[in-house]
Amino acid sequence: MTPSTSSSVTLNINGEKHTLSVDHRTTLLDALRERLDLTGTKKGCDQGQCGACTVLVDGRRTVSCLQLAVAAEDREITTVEGLAEGERLHPVQQAFLDLDGFQCGYCTPGQICSAVAVIEEHAAGWPSAVTDDVRPEAGPPPLTPHEIRERMSGNLCRCGAYVSIVEAVARAAAERTEATEEAVA
Amino acid sequence: MREFDYRRADDVPGAVALLDADPDARYLGGGTNLVDLMKTGVERPGRLVDVRRLPLDRIEPADDGGLRIGATVTNSDLAAHPEVRRRYPALTEAVLAGASGQLRNMATVGGNLLQRTRCGYFADVTKPCNKRLPGSGCPAVEGEHRHHAVLGASEHCVAVHPSDMGVALAAFDAVVSYRTADGPGELPLADFYLPVGDTPHRETALPRGALITGVTLPPVPSAARSRYRKVRERASYAFAIGSVAAALDVGDGVVREARIALGAVASRPWRAHAAERVLDGAPATADRFAAAADAELAAARPLPGNAYKVTLMRNLVVAVLSELAEEAAR
Amino acid sequence: MTVTTTGTQTAPAHAAPAVPATVTGAVGTAHTRVEGRDKVTGAARYAGEIPFADLAHGWLVLSTVARGRIRSIGTAPVLAMPGVLTVLHHRNAPRLHLDYIGLLGVPPDPTAAVFQNDRVPHAGWPVALVVAETSEQAREAAEALVVTYEQEPHDIGFRGDRPDAFTLDGHMPAVTEKGDLEAELAASAHVVDVEYTTPEEHHAMMEPHAATARWDDGRLDVVDSNQGTTWVADELSRMFSLDASAVRVRSEHVGGGFGSKGVRAHQVSAVMAATALRRPVRVVLNRRQMFSLTGYRSPTAQRVRLGADADGRLRALEHRSLSQTSTVWDFVEPSAGVARVMYDAPAHRTVNEAVRLDVPSPTWMRAPGEAPGAFALEAALDELAERCGVDPIELRLRNEPERGPVSGMPFGGRHLAACFREGARRFGWADRDPRPGLRREGNLLIGTGTAAASFPAGAGPSTAAVTAEADGTFTVRIAAADIGTGARTALTLVAADALGVAPARIRMRIGDSDFGPAMIAGGSSGTRSWAWAITVAADGLRERLAGRTGVPAEGITVRSDTTEALGALAQKERHSFGAQFAEVAVDAATGEVRVRRMLGVFAAGRIVNPLTARGQLVGGMVWGISMALHEEGIRDRASGGHYNGDLAGYHIATNADVPVVEADWVDDPDPDDPVGIKGIGEVGIVGAAAAIANAVWHATGVRHRNLPIRPDRILAAGGPRV
Repeated sequence: MTPSTSSSVTLNINGEKHTLSVDHRTTLLDALRERLDLTGTKKGCDQGQCGACTVLVDGRRTVSCLQLAVAAEDREITTVEGLAEGERLHPVQQAFLDLDGFQCGYCTPGQICSAVAVIEEHAAGWPSAVTDDVRPEAGPPPLTPHEIRERMSGNLCRCGAYVSIVEAVARAAAERTEATEEAVA
Repeated sequence: MREFDYRRADDVPGAVALLDADPDARYLGGGTNLVDLMKTGVERPGRLVDVRRLPLDRIEPADDGGLRIGATVTNSDLAAHPEVRRRYPALTEAVLAGASGQLRNMATVGGNLLQRTRCGYFADVTKPCNKRLPGSGCPAVEGEHRHHAVLGASEHCVAVHPSDMGVALAAFDAVVSYRTADGPGELPLADFYLPVGDTPHRETALPRGALITGVTLPPVPSAARSRYRKVRERASYAFAIGSVAAALDVGDGVVREARIALGAVASRPWRAHAAERVLDGAPATADRFAAAADAELAAARPLPGNAYKVTLMRNLVVAVLSELAEEAAR
Repeated sequence: MTVTTTGTQTAPAHAAPAVPATVTGAVGTAHTRVEGRDKVTGAARYAGEIPFADLAHGWLVLSTVARGRIRSIGTAPVLAMPGVLTVLHHRNAPRLHLDYIGLLGVPPDPTAAVFQNDRVPHAGWPVALVVAETSEQAREAAEALVVTYEQEPHDIGFRGDRPDAFTLDGHMPAVTEKGDLEAELAASAHVVDVEYTTPEEHHAMMEPHAATARWDDGRLDVVDSNQGTTWVADELSRMFSLDASAVRVRSEHVGGGFGSKGVRAHQVSAVMAATALRRPVRVVLNRRQMFSLTGYRSPTAQRVRLGADADGRLRALEHRSLSQTSTVWDFVEPSAGVARVMYDAPAHRTVNEAVRLDVPSPTWMRAPGEAPGAFALEAALDELAERCGVDPIELRLRNEPERGPVSGMPFGGRHLAACFREGARRFGWADRDPRPGLRREGNLLIGTGTAAASFPAGAGPSTAAVTAEADGTFTVRIAAADIGTGARTALTLVAADALGVAPARIRMRIGDSDFGPAMIAGGSSGTRSWAWAITVAADGLRERLAGRTGVPAEGITVRSDTTEALGALAQKERHSFGAQFAEVAVDAATGEVRVRRMLGVFAAGRIVNPLTARGQLVGGMVWGISMALHEEGIRDRASGGHYNGDLAGYHIATNADVPVVEADWVDDPDPDDPVGIKGIGEVGIVGAAAAIANAVWHATGVRHRNLPIRPDRILAAGGPRV
């Protein structure tokens, strides 16, 4: 096997397959922004310290700046561009818009992708660092503002829109719960 | 970042062989630390061997009643696992206290053990650092060292290990399994990290080319009531300035077993054996907890800027043990 | 005033705009951001995201020494690396014209005017730009570039007793003085004489500085992220000796600015490279580079001396502040300025000083002067309240001045007392036991604190064009910037009311220097300045449209210019005011301080859009939390460079650090003011850190006079034991 510094890779993004040749150094973030013109995913620090580049990989939130594109082959990647259904915004997007969960907007796609995952993680019963009792018999913690704040802390917002971000996540989470209950009923 | 070859390994022997073939190669797990260090130029591998998709992603009961955790299990899956939460809650708490939800989804158990220090001198290739560039000096001793070690450091390096998970693993006597071209091997966590001495760049006792395949937790009945408490300079998404993982088994007001490990105070997760000895058979009182902490911290050699850590760790040990004792009394 | 084109005229800027015939009431009603949908779907494109054919990527190389001269730059091996197109440095870069005073009244910072000589005045100084086909190639080549230096000893030691400190005028005089300070202090029943420090703080906006420069049919076109397109275009045209009309700067969406996004090394080097290569070149700063290239708030060492009667009435007030600047550009953080507005005393002295060190140039950062100044002054007031045994709010009310303490001018609205009354009521201040160190919940010590806030309400000359389109809509063009303030939305509401139509009929186009000169997004005066220009143009347009039926296909455009109207404005002390309240919990075992709740009540003129206004005020208060507890740029003495130049090392508040933070406002009308808008971007941070520090004292009984209030400082200070 001779070493090579680039590879052809097929990336599955928002349900669409893209085959491209990438320099191995290219992160998923740069592939999205520079190669595929999907600039909704933002580069804030490029080293996993701000969360602006958050996307969903196989449904799980991930910082795309530390994810090599070549290593993301065959994964299902969802970016902020893939959340809305046509003209209908994703409930998290709608809540951020209605409740002004942003100011400059640069951290917003990452916040929104993160929030979508936070709601799923909570629904799956995952505890957090502020959960009083993490033992399974204690049951899943309610998604209080305190829990939301901790779970959303991997997304920095320098404008300081945290208060309305928490409100937006809470609203979207409540809508999801209602929708689930209706579906069950 | 230097250009590099990339290979995805399909099985463990294949991964080991790929790495063995190239002295310039590194294993790539979640990439949360390695890719960052490659961007800053601290690491410049010529080849990455991607081990993220190896079949090491399971958490299973071990034969002795403990738990076997595969090396590529993500931090998130480890923290959320019902058996971990039930039997080793401090481990879940430690993992959840680290990094962010995004990073925990990417980071692996094997990678977490091997993550490098967050010392600002180590991370900046324009500055000297004995860990990064042996013999270049340690500017932290005379410079910025508020976050640095008070236990087990040397004049050559005062950096701390950043892992939260490792602190809980140390308290529970975890054993690291690995594989080399010569076959499988094991290292108790107590022997996994090397003393700093004058070789701070040599961090673990892993043989060259070894791939961590998993971590085994022995059965620890007292761990069912364990806690991890982390102190940091902001409420979340920050490395510890001090942390404690502890398990306490109390009967009739007397300590039957105490397990204590300290984080962010040394180049490795620091098992507090001296403190444990003081507590063995002692009454479970705040005074004894303080005496135990003092016994451990007697060896502390703080620098001018991090002497607070001695107070902090003493208070933290007392607070966590008191909390556990109160719970036991309920 | 002349008609410039068919269907266009310049309207006289009159101070009292006509009352719209159709009042829509858009102003004052909550409105989601007009670009909000683009921002939540990822469709909004920021500066580094506009695609260009044949784009090349530049990466800056920064000095690794803190002082000296460049001896050599090893370009040959780097030019041979894959994809590398050129390396620009002081030996081959075009000479720039730097002998001018820019729109903000200051000469250019040489940090932005890159590659002009071999001197290195601080660590992280730009020494070269490597341009390559891809950003990966450019970065690797930049890191491979070997630069050697003739190193000289550096001095970065900032401290309060520097003998080489000198008084420095910034956007205000360095010194004000009246009365006999020593005599009044000697005659005072209570004296507070204390020193405070604040550390180096960084803007750390989420979007890094980014610019793409290209030549387009003889014009320089720069797509950038900045706080004022005409400002940046003006500076670039002067530096590169280009005709003003030959430079266009666009900046549609801006991912935060906070004072840092002006003319910087990225635009200038991108223009140089685009000129050399004759193709579009993009330069994006990375996070670490931002720490030395984009300005910061200087550390301050402040001394406050207060003397008061037995009942707390001030007899003497002295506030002195020292900040640092670079050796290449003079900037002063005027922290002593806030006392010139807030409190009067028979003896009153304020002094701003600076010291030149081998450090990067500091700059304006959210509430420059007021933020660190109010921390010191408002904490000192709290200490005086303790000495006098007077409630901290009552102490402030007793010292409310009738007129500007230094200027003697009347206030254009000073409703600080109303803010305190409303805030105290909502916060539950009346139930507070003033004694410190009494409230415990386990290891947690609980305390509350308050402080006052103020920030000037200024305005800058602006031009706007409002067009009535044939389809019944209106297009507004103004070189405004929305850096997250909600300006685009606020201006839409202002225009809607001025035209008497619904906001949906307004198309607001901003962020383009071709729209003509306008105030920058800075000094909390952007929206005030732009709203003024838009209102004037809209009024003129309504006059033009009166009695008309139908609009021609090219539309009817009216332009405005507020320069004269601004000059005619009566001189007053115009400021926003506010009362800040905080409750904290201090863990006595670990030293962790957490804010539990915050309330700010402000008097800030007319609030255009309550939804986004709340965000601005709360955002400022969150900055206050961050300033009080987290932020600290640390410099390594040996190297002179940053120790913590990234977002893992430089802590800003995370979501988990921010509890329930409420902001509200009281009426603040000014009948003499034609717009009534005061600006809300900065007053929210002012006094917030003091309220928190005062609450920490109330919790622990220990005064923390050095920010940030870190766990190690809490532990070192002792206080109640576990």
